[in-house]
Amino acid sequence: MTRITVTVDGASYSDDVEPRMLLVHYLRERLGKTGTVVGCDTSNCGACTVHLGGRSVKSCNVLAVQADGQEVTTIEGLSTDGELHPMQKAFRECHALQCGYCTPGMIMQAIDVLNDNPKPSEEEIRHGLEGNLCRCTGYHNIVRAVQTASGQESKPAALEESAS
Amino acid sequence: MTVTEDRPETGNEIGKDRRRKEDQRLITGRTRWTDNIQLTGMLHIAMVRSPFAHARITSIDTSEAKAATNVVTVLTGRDVADEQGVLANAWPITTDQVAPTHTPIAVDRATFAGEIVAVVVARSAAEARDAAELVDVDYEELPAALDLKEAAEATADSGALAHPDLGTNKSAFWQLDSAEAGTGGDVENAIAAARADGIVIEREYRQQRLIPAFMEPRSVVVDPTAEQITMWSATQIPHILRFLLAATTGVPESKIRVIAPDVGGGFGGKLQSTPEEWITFLAARRTGKPCKYTETRSESLMAAHHGRDQWQKLTLAATTDGRVTGLKVELLADLGSYVAIMGGGVPVLGAWMFNSIYKFDSYRFNVQTVLTNKTWVDAYRGAGRPEATFGIERIMDELAAELGVDPLEIREKNWIKHDEFPFTTVAGMTYDSGNYEAATAKAKEMFGYEALRTEQRQRREAGDPVQLGIGVSTFTEMCGLAPSRILGQLNYGAGGWESASIRMLPTGKVEVITGVSPHGQGHETAWSQIVADRLGVPFEDVEVLHGDTQIAHKGLDTYGSRSLVVGGEALVMAADKVIEKAKPIAAHLLEASTDDLEFDGGRFGVKGTDKGIALTEIATAVFAAHNLPDGIEPTLDSDATFDPVTFSFPHGTHLCAVEIDTETGGLKVRKYTCVDDIGNIVNPLIVAGQVHGGLVQGIAQALWEEAVHDESGTLVSASFVDYLVPTAADTISFDIGHTTTPSTTNVLGVKGVGEAGTIASTPAVVNAVVDALRPFGVNDVRMPCTPERVWKAIHSHDDAESGGAPTEGAAAPHFDEADTADRTDGTGQEGS
Repeated sequence: MTRITVTVDGASYSDDVEPRMLLVHYLRERLGKTGTVVGCDTSNCGACTVHLGGRSVKSCNVLAVQADGQEVTTIEGLSTDGELHPMQKAFRECHALQCGYCTPGMIMQAIDVLNDNPKPSEEEIRHGLEGNLCRCTGYHNIVRAVQTASGQESKPAALEESAS
Repeated sequence: MTVTEDRPETGNEIGKDRRRKEDQRLITGRTRWTDNIQLTGMLHIAMVRSPFAHARITSIDTSEAKAATNVVTVLTGRDVADEQGVLANAWPITTDQVAPTHTPIAVDRATFAGEIVAVVVARSAAEARDAAELVDVDYEELPAALDLKEAAEATADSGALAHPDLGTNKSAFWQLDSAEAGTGGDVENAIAAARADGIVIEREYRQQRLIPAFMEPRSVVVDPTAEQITMWSATQIPHILRFLLAATTGVPESKIRVIAPDVGGGFGGKLQSTPEEWITFLAARRTGKPCKYTETRSESLMAAHHGRDQWQKLTLAATTDGRVTGLKVELLADLGSYVAIMGGGVPVLGAWMFNSIYKFDSYRFNVQTVLTNKTWVDAYRGAGRPEATFGIERIMDELAAELGVDPLEIREKNWIKHDEFPFTTVAGMTYDSGNYEAATAKAKEMFGYEALRTEQRQRREAGDPVQLGIGVSTFTEMCGLAPSRILGQLNYGAGGWESASIRMLPTGKVEVITGVSPHGQGHETAWSQIVADRLGVPFEDVEVLHGDTQIAHKGLDTYGSRSLVVGGEALVMAADKVIEKAKPIAAHLLEASTDDLEFDGGRFGVKGTDKGIALTEIATAVFAAHNLPDGIEPTLDSDATFDPVTFSFPHGTHLCAVEIDTETGGLKVRKYTCVDDIGNIVNPLIVAGQVHGGLVQGIAQALWEEAVHDESGTLVSASFVDYLVPTAADTISFDIGHTTTPSTTNVLGVKGVGEAGTIASTPAVVNAVVDALRPFGVNDVRMPCTPERVWKAIHSHDDAESGGAPTEGAAAPHFDEADTADRTDGTGQEGS
């Protein structure tokens, strides 16, 4: 067992963990941060994406001990004072989610994409989200949501008759 | 139900692009997935799975695993043979269907790679997984039936049998023949006539095996510590699951509660009663403790059911001017090693769909289902209809190519005209409404069809290395499963009705209980819109409850694009009953005659006066029950069960443009336009999402996805590294539109939309690929149309005499000779 101290969504936690414990399992099973989910075992799907030290990581690909002394933000820590993060709002506004399983990871990655590149092109958005799989939306409305959050799409063209 | 005059005016809510009620919890991580559930003292399960496709289990030594840290028990099939129950096939398609017994844990033989042979129960998931490695299973490998065609031919004396004790791999043969059914002529006569004086096109197509690959891995929790045993499962079918658990384990149905909490996608893949559910149920009962099993992604890809997997032999007869006179369909369908819950019924659903939107004189559909030593096969988005749509839309293109006319022209010559509805097809199905001309005209305009054809010509003439292909798919499908009487005729084990209840709460809020079980479709939002309009209450005041047999005690769940057309109709019926119950109370409170009342906008008004009372006020009055008419039951709550009399037939025209780099085989979807007619639309935002997602799943079949097994039957695409679920970078934005012919068979005038995109898009894409390559003499590319297959198709006609590619062998040494079977090269007999 190794002692780690991690700040998650603004709160500090100290725990003894097995060295082999993955960050995602630490978040889910020890801290109850079940908003972050596991979708695969090969780090392909990105459902477990969180921010570690301000950058997106796949938390299935990070050991809990590697997060020692660092700050983690999950989907549950995004809204402040009950106000949704602009990316969360954009996802709802553009119907960028259906079953919602990939959504936490997708939103965390989308925020990271805009942190790097505040006005990405459609192609840049698509490449920025390449590591996050969604089976429901066909990505069309996810791209619209990221465009909307970046201020490049004044109204969501998610509806029928779209001529994107 | 007949065509009704009381179809509601499109109200304020129906048709509105409401943002979804579901989203708040999903975008903030306040969800309850099954794997989130932790109960005090809960035990965890790990499965030991067979590495062999077919093997006798000679012995299992569990002693080391049992002795491992915190292991509670280890179970083998033999240990639990008498109590584990069986997994049911709900749709034996013929009375003499051959089907092996499917036990949750294999007892004597493992019949596919990934089948569960032992189960470890431990105090933590990690300890269970560690101990599973210690279970020592001795196998004696048996010959495995892997190739579908070979399996179909195998007998007890020659070839491998998936289940040697059955003596055959053939499970069932099912036929629909228009001459026999009296719905059309004799197809053999039509083919003979066309051979003499007409056109005969014969093609064989492969529907590769796919994996539904929902994002949430399956998970199940069972708590045995109360009067009812409670099961949470990531399932599409909580009600069917409860029924089958009771029917096969001997536990009374009333002692079982099944909950489908938030479920992360299904696409048919969670329309199953699974070994994992039965095992968790058993382990919880045995240990007396709550137990949980959550699969890994690899387990999911290996052992959750697969989809498609057919060989299709099609013979199409036509006149020399392109009117189709007959279609003969001969299918081989791979069931995998067990007949799953819908199992053999999935390909049968194609029986009414190969004739699609067309007026054929004669038709025959044969399907032979076959057992193999692979993962079981069942519904995947579209289930039987994508396969059929692919076959017919591919061969209609071949007819157009044979005649040298535009593929849309050949379709128009054969399709049902808008003024011919209702129309009874050669397969005996009556389509209520549609307008193929309108959808096609609109799609062509949105797509810029003529301009793209011009560009295609120019590129061909210029010998551009990047060629353009344009693909067409004019599809219909039958959904809204299903009229119970028809299901009975088809030997299906249940009905197809749906249930809804409405509870009028004393504070004026409304609870809606639905028997369908959404897993991403947005029913909480759409159902609120329907009820808000029907009862005249605010959208926000409607709460939709579902997916828990204790709350929604009755239902047949969500699949087959049935929720709105069947479940939505039940909702309308329940709402109307609420209004009927409220009416005499309103009359009493208003001191008026019921004949003088009219209900509008949530309020009973006395005609010709401004007197009135809101439905919500009546709900409060009923709660108090102080002043009601004599003898009246003090409730407005209403239940309704709707059994459809027919299916729903959405249709549409899909157009796809692909660019193919003829030097590399590289392929890019440039533009995709679709116009779908799904009847009236409740929520255009949700509809758009269903279409987009459906399109990508269908496009993925055309271009990327395939469950690949090696020669020993191991699934080699058993991770997301190898099974190519498309990413955002692989896909494009779509242009979608609608035309509307309301359904005449339900009050809302709606048709299904959940599967339309998937059903229509696969042939549109492959038709585009083949269209680009026709100048190279190519008339098919097997799916998925990988760059390698495209490149090989282009170069299939190269030869030494024309100086073609002398260095090909050296340039492409990795190409497997055997893989040239991936293309058919026009040797089908055409014309005569």
